[in-house]
Amino acid sequence: MAVKRSRGASIAIGSLGWIIALWIFFPLFWMFLTGFKSEVDAIATPPHLFFRPTLVSYAEVFERANYWHFALNTVLISVGATFVAILLSIPAAYAMAFLPGKRTKGTLLWMLSTRMLPPVGVLVPIYLIARDTHLLDTVVGLAIVDMLTNLPITVWMLYTFFREVPLPILEAGRMDGANRWQEITVVLLPLAVPGIASTALLSMILCWNEAFWSLNLTSSQAAPLTAFIASFSSPEGLFFGKLSAASTLAVAPILIFGWFSQKQLVRGLTFGAVK
Amino acid sequence: MDATTMTTAPPPVRAGSTSGRKSGILLLSPAVVLLLVWSIVPLLLTLWYSFRNYNLVDPTMHGFAGFSNYWYLLTDPDFLEALRNTALLVVGVLVISVGGGTLLAVLYDQEFFGRGIARVLVISPFFVMPTVSALLWKNLMLHPIYGVYAWMMRSVGLTPIDWLQRFPMATVMMIVAWEWLPFAVLILLTAVQSLDTEQREAALLDGAGPVARFRHIILPHLSRAITVVVMIETIYLLTIFAEIMVTTAGGPGVASTNLAYMIYARALLQFDVGGASAGGVIAIVIANIVAMFLVRAVARNLEA
Repeated sequence: MAVKRSRGASIAIGSLGWIIALWIFFPLFWMFLTGFKSEVDAIATPPHLFFRPTLVSYAEVFERANYWHFALNTVLISVGATFVAILLSIPAAYAMAFLPGKRTKGTLLWMLSTRMLPPVGVLVPIYLIARDTHLLDTVVGLAIVDMLTNLPITVWMLYTFFREVPLPILEAGRMDGANRWQEITVVLLPLAVPGIASTALLSMILCWNEAFWSLNLTSSQAAPLTAFIASFSSPEGLFFGKLSAASTLAVAPILIFGWFSQKQLVRGLTFGAVK
Repeated sequence: MDATTMTTAPPPVRAGSTSGRKSGILLLSPAVVLLLVWSIVPLLLTLWYSFRNYNLVDPTMHGFAGFSNYWYLLTDPDFLEALRNTALLVVGVLVISVGGGTLLAVLYDQEFFGRGIARVLVISPFFVMPTVSALLWKNLMLHPIYGVYAWMMRSVGLTPIDWLQRFPMATVMMIVAWEWLPFAVLILLTAVQSLDTEQREAALLDGAGPVARFRHIILPHLSRAITVVVMIETIYLLTIFAEIMVTTAGGPGVASTNLAYMIYARALLQFDVGGASAGGVIAIVIANIVAMFLVRAVARNLEA
């Protein structure tokens, strides 16, 4: 804001902004530090801000806890669910953005309302269906559920992006004899790459951090990182160094993604209502 | 134009060719059919189970139960406690995150040294997976012996508190608020920044003080974004689960059991499918009431 302020007021506002920011971020900073401590240093009182950094905890997490197994599950589930969700969303969003009918608006709102279904309300049937179809504790099973929970969001987000593509460009393509398939793949998609990328990113973040279904539908074979970290809730969690190292590894990729895509995320998270 | 309204262009109207409409339906159908199945089949099954006697480990329990699952649930004091905790969690976190989020959005809208970095730090907790947030707070921060907060209390001469034992619900609320305050800041800051500079400068020229500017210009401008934040957070907060599971497991007793955790415990710890399903139906009804408001608010945005 172009407000002229006294030097003192500026400094006060700046300090307040920084103090609050550091206080909110402190737990994550502390987690990062603790990951490089030995277990003895990690529980030292008073806590050590300066210490001899070691990679012992990380080595433990990789060797004993089989970190890569859980990381690979998370990647497979997130990428798989996102890929299928986008694949289904592109034609749906195209149809609603460029071939709107009387029911388009109703369909959009209905899709949104399916997202409001509380997962715990359908926990029992989904669990039993997964058990009976042998999808319990499989990567495919969890990916399907994650894909379905995110589908309304990806359709919505792509829809808002597609609507920003100028119609004349699509019409020009049609004049040149492009059929519908070519219109989507040759004309629309190249224009919508940034929108598709941010939609995929949001879906990846949501899948990566999804905890409810991960905890309930997997145990060991298909457990993603959210469930792996939850295993530290036993007395095991008192190994602060290992807990911190594993948590840092699990959180870092998404945190960095999130930092770089704040703007696009706002749009997706609010169904386009805030941009 | 109000930046919080929906996309700018009106839906392109095409001379309603039947072929267009047909391919539209064709392109739409895979997503719609999947979502239809996903939203209806489990719902009907939950409803069906809620009227059955069904226990996963007790085959003698079977047959039609009538309303007994509901009756049993509604007269269970634990259920009322779970409802109370659910409401506490939703309202408490909403108050902290929306109130704090509005103030912080205004604060981080001001120019100051390193503002970009400070903003990134503030919104970071939102990207942290719930199990990490919960365990980070439970162990590294709030552990009564080794936690940072225990050390801070001791260093000023206080006795450290076992927060999750003494104040389970308030502590869970605090952890969840730490995750969701950044969300509110993220959304509201975006909305504040879309405020017209001309409008702000005009108010400034008219001699409006900071409080008057906040009340009469910023708050009205934010109202729609705040509505969106409240509703989206409510949807998620109603079914907070992982944070409770890894910190208190609903205890001590049922002191930090919310509706979501109670249903989980009924279904997968006590194997009472019928009772859990009755709870599920109630959770769905509650969520639907909230969702109705949200969908209506978004629908209004679609028209604007």
